[in-house]
Amino acid sequence: MAITPPTERIWWNLPIAKVELAWIIIAFVWGLIMFFMMVYWHGAGEQNLSNEAYRITPEQFAAKTNAMVEQYTVRDESGYAVVHPPAGSDVYLIARLWQWWPIIEMEKGQSYRVHLSSMDWQHGFSLQPINVNLSVHPGYEMVVTMTPDATGEFGIVCNEFCGIGHHLMVGKIYVVE
Amino acid sequence: MNATTIFRTCPSTGLKVHSSAEKLIKAHAVAAVVFLAVGGLFGLLVALTRWPTIHLLPADWFYLVLTGHGLDVLLVWIIFFEMAVLYFASAVLLNCRLATPLAAWIGFWMMLIGAAMTNVAVLQGDSSVMFTSYVPMKAAPHFYLGLLLFAVGALIGCFVFFGTLVIAKEEKTYEGSIPLVTFGALTAAIIAVFTIASGAIILLPTFLWSVGLISNIDTLTYKTVWWAMGHSSQQINVSAHVAIWYLIAAMLLGARTISEKVSRMAFLMYILFLQLASAHHLLVEPGISSEWKIFNTSYAMYLAVLGSMVHGMTIPGSIENAQRQRGFNNGLFQWLRKAPWGNPAFAGMFISLILFGFLGGISGVVMGTEQLNLIMHNTLYVPGHFHGTVVAGTTLAFMAVTYLLVPLIFRREIMFKKLAQIQPYLFGLGVAGISVFMMGAGTLGVSRRHWDITFADAIMGFDYPATAYLMLAANGISAVLASLGGIIYVFVVVSSVFFGRKIGANEKVMDIPAPAAVSHYGSATKISIPGTAVLVAVFFISFVLYYFVNWKYLSDVWPLR
Repeated sequence: MAITPPTERIWWNLPIAKVELAWIIIAFVWGLIMFFMMVYWHGAGEQNLSNEAYRITPEQFAAKTNAMVEQYTVRDESGYAVVHPPAGSDVYLIARLWQWWPIIEMEKGQSYRVHLSSMDWQHGFSLQPINVNLSVHPGYEMVVTMTPDATGEFGIVCNEFCGIGHHLMVGKIYVVE
Repeated sequence: MNATTIFRTCPSTGLKVHSSAEKLIKAHAVAAVVFLAVGGLFGLLVALTRWPTIHLLPADWFYLVLTGHGLDVLLVWIIFFEMAVLYFASAVLLNCRLATPLAAWIGFWMMLIGAAMTNVAVLQGDSSVMFTSYVPMKAAPHFYLGLLLFAVGALIGCFVFFGTLVIAKEEKTYEGSIPLVTFGALTAAIIAVFTIASGAIILLPTFLWSVGLISNIDTLTYKTVWWAMGHSSQQINVSAHVAIWYLIAAMLLGARTISEKVSRMAFLMYILFLQLASAHHLLVEPGISSEWKIFNTSYAMYLAVLGSMVHGMTIPGSIENAQRQRGFNNGLFQWLRKAPWGNPAFAGMFISLILFGFLGGISGVVMGTEQLNLIMHNTLYVPGHFHGTVVAGTTLAFMAVTYLLVPLIFRREIMFKKLAQIQPYLFGLGVAGISVFMMGAGTLGVSRRHWDITFADAIMGFDYPATAYLMLAANGISAVLASLGGIIYVFVVVSSVFFGRKIGANEKVMDIPAPAAVSHYGSATKISIPGTAVLVAVFFISFVLYYFVNWKYLSDVWPLR
C-alpha cells in the first residue's frame, strides 16, 4: 500500500502493466506534439512575439514619444493627443500611473512597430476586445509589430495591478480605413 | 534512542506515533485552518466585489483584501498544512521519532510570527501590493520581513523532515524503501527547499530596498526569481496533494499503486522539471528569448505534465483494481458507483482529483503555451486556472485528509457527520464554478486584480460584453457556495477538535482494508482497469480539443510579429 513500504523489495524490476505503459507513451507523444506546436507556430503562425527589446530610461522613452506626438498629432480628445503616424512607422505608447498615452490611430491592414515602456511601475497592455496581453516594464522597451485587421475603436486596459488607480487606467487605439 | 521519547501505538493502523510529532502536526494543522478561515473570508469579499450588482467593497479595501486573500490561502494555509503532512508522512508513517522537535517548534513559531506580521502589514493598508508584490511598487518593510520569517521557518521544517528520514533509516524503523506517500512528501520537501531558497534570494534584497539600503531592483530579475518561488511553490502543493490522494485511496480502500516504479518515476519528474515553471509568468515579457520560453514553459517537453497525467491514471486505476478485487466487478463503473461516496475523505479526494485534472491541469498547460499566453496573460483566466489547481485540487485534498487526521491524530470523533458528508460536494461545486466562470470572463478579456470592469470613474472607458458581467455574477454565486463549504469545514473541524467525543487509547476508529494484490511478479501485466481507461480517454480527448480550440482563438487575433 502507498502508506507502507513496497512489499516487493526489488520493486524497480517489476514489469509495468500494459494499460499503464500505453498511457505513458500516449502522454509522452502528446507532450512532444504540444512542444513542437509552439516551434511550428513560430514559422507558420501569424501571432508571435518578436523578442525585440531594449534597455531604456523613462526619460529617453518619453522623449521619443513626445517627438512622435509633436509630429503626428491630428486632434485632441478629452485632453489626450490623438496621433496618426504613417503606416509602417514606429509608434510609441507610454504606460504610467494611471494612463496610456497618447491615443493612437492606425490604418487597417498596415503594420506598425509599437514600442511599449513604463514610466514608473509595471503595467499590463491588454488590447480589448481583441484580447492581446503584454507586460510593460519600466526600463525596458518592447517592440511589437502589429497589423490591425479590422476597423473600430479598441480599448487598452491595464491588467497588471498598479496601485489604487489601476482600474482607471484605460487607453485607446483607433483603426481606420 | 532518546529515553524521553514517548510513543503511543495507534489502535487503527498499528503505527507507533511519537508524541512530539503528534503535537507538531496538531499545531500546524490548527494554524493552517485559522489562516484558511481568514483567507477564505477575504476571498468571499473579493468575489462579492467583483459581482457587478453587489460591488461590495471600495477600491482601496478591495485591493487590500485581495492581497490578504492571496497570502493567507495560497501561502500560509497551504504551507502550514504541508508541514503537518511532512511530519505525518515521515515520523508517523515510518514509525519513527521526529528529528529535533525543538527545531521544528522554532520553525513553527517563525512561520506563525511571520504570517501574522505580514497580515498586520497588509491590514495597516500601506502594503496592498498583491501577493506578487512586483517592484517598484513598495510595501512596508515588515511585509517582506514577515514573508522571510515564514519562509525560513518552513525551511527549518523541511530539514526536520529530512532529518527524520535519516533517523528512520538509521534506526531501521521500516523495511526496504520508504512508502510511496512518504516519497511524495519527500518530493514536496525537495521542491520546497528550491522554492524557499528562491524566495529568500529575492525577498531579502527587496526588504533591504524597502528600508532604503538598496537603490534599485530590476523588475524583470525580480519577476523571474520571485516566480521561481511563486510558481514552484505550487508544485509543492501538487506533490503534497498527489501524495494525499494515494494516502486516502490506500487507507480507505486498500488501493495499492499499480506499479511503484511508475508512480515514483512520476514524482521524480516533478523534482526534475517542475521548477522550470517560473517561465509561465514570463511569456509576454520584454527581453526574453522564445527558445528560453518554449523550453522552460513546457517543463522540457512537458515531462512534468507527463508525471501528472501518469498519477491521473494510477490513482483511479489503483482504486478500481482494489474495488474489483472486492467484488465490484460489474460493467465499467460499478467500482466507482460503489465507492464510499458518503465518506467525506473519499468524496473530497476523488472530486479533487477530477477537478484538478480537468479544470486546473488542462487550463494550466494551455495557458502555459508560449503563444496562447498572449490571449490569456493576466486576465481572469489566470485565477480561474489556479483556483482549479490550488483550491479544487490542493485545498480540497487537504480538507479531505483532515477527516482522517481528526480521529487518528487529534483522537476526536468527527461531529456533525451529515454536514461533513455534504461539505466536499458543496465546496467542490462552488470552486468548480469559480474556476470555470473566471476562465470564461478571462476568455472575454476581463482583467484580473481589477476593481471595476465598468470603468465608471475612468476618463476613457471600455465596454466589456454583457456575458462578462454574467460570468462575474456566476463567479460570485459560486464563491458563496464555496464559502459555505469552507465554513462547514472550519465549523466541523473546529467543533470536533475541541468538543468531539474523545477516542479511547485502545479504540479503533477505522479498519484499514487489506491491500489489494497487484504487482507480484508476473501479475502486474494482467491488471484490468477498463473504467479508468475510459475516464482517462475522456480526459485526453477534452485536453486535445480544448488545446486546439485555443489555437483557433489565437489565429483570429491581430497578426503580431
